[in-house]
Amino acid sequence: MLSSDKLPLSESTPAPSSARAPGPLPAIVGVVAIAVFATILLRVHGQWALLTLGVVAAIALVVAVRTGATSRFEGAFAAHEGLMNGVAIAACLAVIAVLAKEDFSLLIVSTVLLYCTACMGLTVQLGYCGVLNFAGAAFFGAGAYTAAVLGAHTALPHLLVLLAGGCIAGLLGSVLLLPVLRTRGHYAALITVAFGIMFRSFLEVNNTLGGPQGLMVPGMTIFGWSLNKGLVIGGVTLSFYFNYALVTLALAIAVYVVTRRLERSWVGMHFDAVRIDELAASTFGLNVQALKIGAFVIGNVFIGMAGAVFAMMTGFISPTDFDFSTSLVLIAIIMLGGIGNVWGILPAAAFVLILPEKLQAIQEYRFLLYSAAVILVLLFRPEGLFPRRLRRYFPSRGGG
Amino acid sequence: MDIGFLAQYVLSGVMLGVVYAMVAVGFTLYFGVLDVINFSHGDVLTSGAFVSLATYLGLRAMGIESPAVLLAVMLLAGLGAMALLGVLVAKFFVLPLRHAPPFITLLITLMVGVALRESIRLFYPSGSNPQSFPAVLPNTPYHWGHLIVRLDTIILIVTGLAVIALVNLFINRTRAGLAIRAVAQDGETAKIMGINFEWVVLLAFALGSALAALAGVMNGLYYNEINFGTGLMLGIIGFCAAVVGGLGNIYGAILGGFLFALLQTIVVVATPSLTAYKDVFAFGVIILLMVVKPTGLIGEASSERV
Repeated sequence: MLSSDKLPLSESTPAPSSARAPGPLPAIVGVVAIAVFATILLRVHGQWALLTLGVVAAIALVVAVRTGATSRFEGAFAAHEGLMNGVAIAACLAVIAVLAKEDFSLLIVSTVLLYCTACMGLTVQLGYCGVLNFAGAAFFGAGAYTAAVLGAHTALPHLLVLLAGGCIAGLLGSVLLLPVLRTRGHYAALITVAFGIMFRSFLEVNNTLGGPQGLMVPGMTIFGWSLNKGLVIGGVTLSFYFNYALVTLALAIAVYVVTRRLERSWVGMHFDAVRIDELAASTFGLNVQALKIGAFVIGNVFIGMAGAVFAMMTGFISPTDFDFSTSLVLIAIIMLGGIGNVWGILPAAAFVLILPEKLQAIQEYRFLLYSAAVILVLLFRPEGLFPRRLRRYFPSRGGG
Repeated sequence: MDIGFLAQYVLSGVMLGVVYAMVAVGFTLYFGVLDVINFSHGDVLTSGAFVSLATYLGLRAMGIESPAVLLAVMLLAGLGAMALLGVLVAKFFVLPLRHAPPFITLLITLMVGVALRESIRLFYPSGSNPQSFPAVLPNTPYHWGHLIVRLDTIILIVTGLAVIALVNLFINRTRAGLAIRAVAQDGETAKIMGINFEWVVLLAFALGSALAALAGVMNGLYYNEINFGTGLMLGIIGFCAAVVGGLGNIYGAILGGFLFALLQTIVVVATPSLTAYKDVFAFGVIILLMVVKPTGLIGEASSERV
């Protein structure tokens, strides 16, 4: 799942050139190429090597678009989605395995996967149902602080802590249900903005939750297996982030599966109807309020679970991790990826998170660069880099 | 509680309210003419304060000492530069996306704001640290019992109130104000009536941004300190104030600004031990108010109910 520059959507109509059911080969080649690229990107150091890599990637992308390789890739991916999901997961595992001894690279991979998970939550809210949420960081933080408190003061199994993080985030979001349902557009945006700020300033001044100093979080333990101890395989000690990379990948896959099932079901179709025209949806007998509640709560649960794992992985959290700019980064990711396009999240998150980490020279300038990137995308490609395709109501296959 | 202390709190509350109201008026102006939220507003405020500060430092370096000249040039530079910046934001980021969903405009202005904020942090000399803002106004203290009032506070409050009144007069009594109101009411019809739509929009953005710059300078003069994040919080509070008052309504914006200051002050006065929670309380009440009045206190009635 890591990687992918031009990943398609299952509901997309195959490109004209590949109208006669394409074989899965182009898609497999594409995924492998992207995985190799991601691995090299994560392993190289030094500005010149990175620059060369960037140039190579840009040339490869242009060539791929010109020769129609990308559309063949998309077509093949869409036609064999079930298989390709497996290939993508395998590619992801391969990347993690190759990097198994490198702490920093694996930390980045895990962070990317967690942000993807959180952004899938936002996608359910904004992309499917059209519910604005500018308080993503607050729900992420709710999950993280839940993990910190439960991990330090109770002996609750950590998988349950993860679920609890999601539930607390969902519950916290329920406080906003009434205001979000009562208001629309800008007024609804205000509610979540105000809530995000309120949450952050609450954390800053609340001494039980560590105040501005933050909290230490114990590492994750699953069925007696402590993730903070590196695995030893054949005499080689792996980075302990290897464990977290696997767990975050599992979480991302689980959330992905739920998100996609949701999108394809009648619930997803109702979400679409509510997003496109609330009034029309309600005249057709849809329970707009229930649908909005559902999308908002499900989204927040996803974000909260990601937050819980984030806290246990980094071992330390403070209010600055969950301020307004983090919410904006989350929004920027789904915006760049194309709102509502689940597969677009991964390249966007990788771009937004990996680039500043690798290029230390621009680390300082990263927020400026994000904002510039989003502004350019909004001006010239307002539907995002990888826009969501129209839903195909009568897929020729049963769906994968 | 002694009456002197209370008066002190009231004064600082009024000061806050004036600044909030000035920011909120900008939001409501933009919303009025174009139905957009310009989230870069808070950072325009910061930029205005920084331009004024840089002007001040430049003038001092040139050997000019007279406070009156310093203040005049500072204000001229800050307000002028921000009026121009407001026009540029409208021209290049807001107007091109007029027909896009409102969410897009909100996001792009948010990002313009981030870009401004980050530019100040990165490119202003030691911009990530708070900068001390010069006290150009006379600050003779006056004592009445426990109440201590500095002259500059009074000047700031009076100036703020006067400026708000002037803007109100401008909107309601002049030809240009009439054009703004016409566009706010119905852009298409205003165009048919021969109003230069784009010109009116740019005027509204220039006016709002200049107001923000003035609010930024006043805030700097009051606290004697500014930093690159000053405008973020002020912008969000101003937005809340404008929304709670009812977007597009100038009286609503003023009301909302003072209401927010009142909420913060109430916490400080009533429960001194919970002073740190004043923002949490104020934002919480704002969210509750939105439940009761989903389109603001002086908002248009929502007709889209099914």
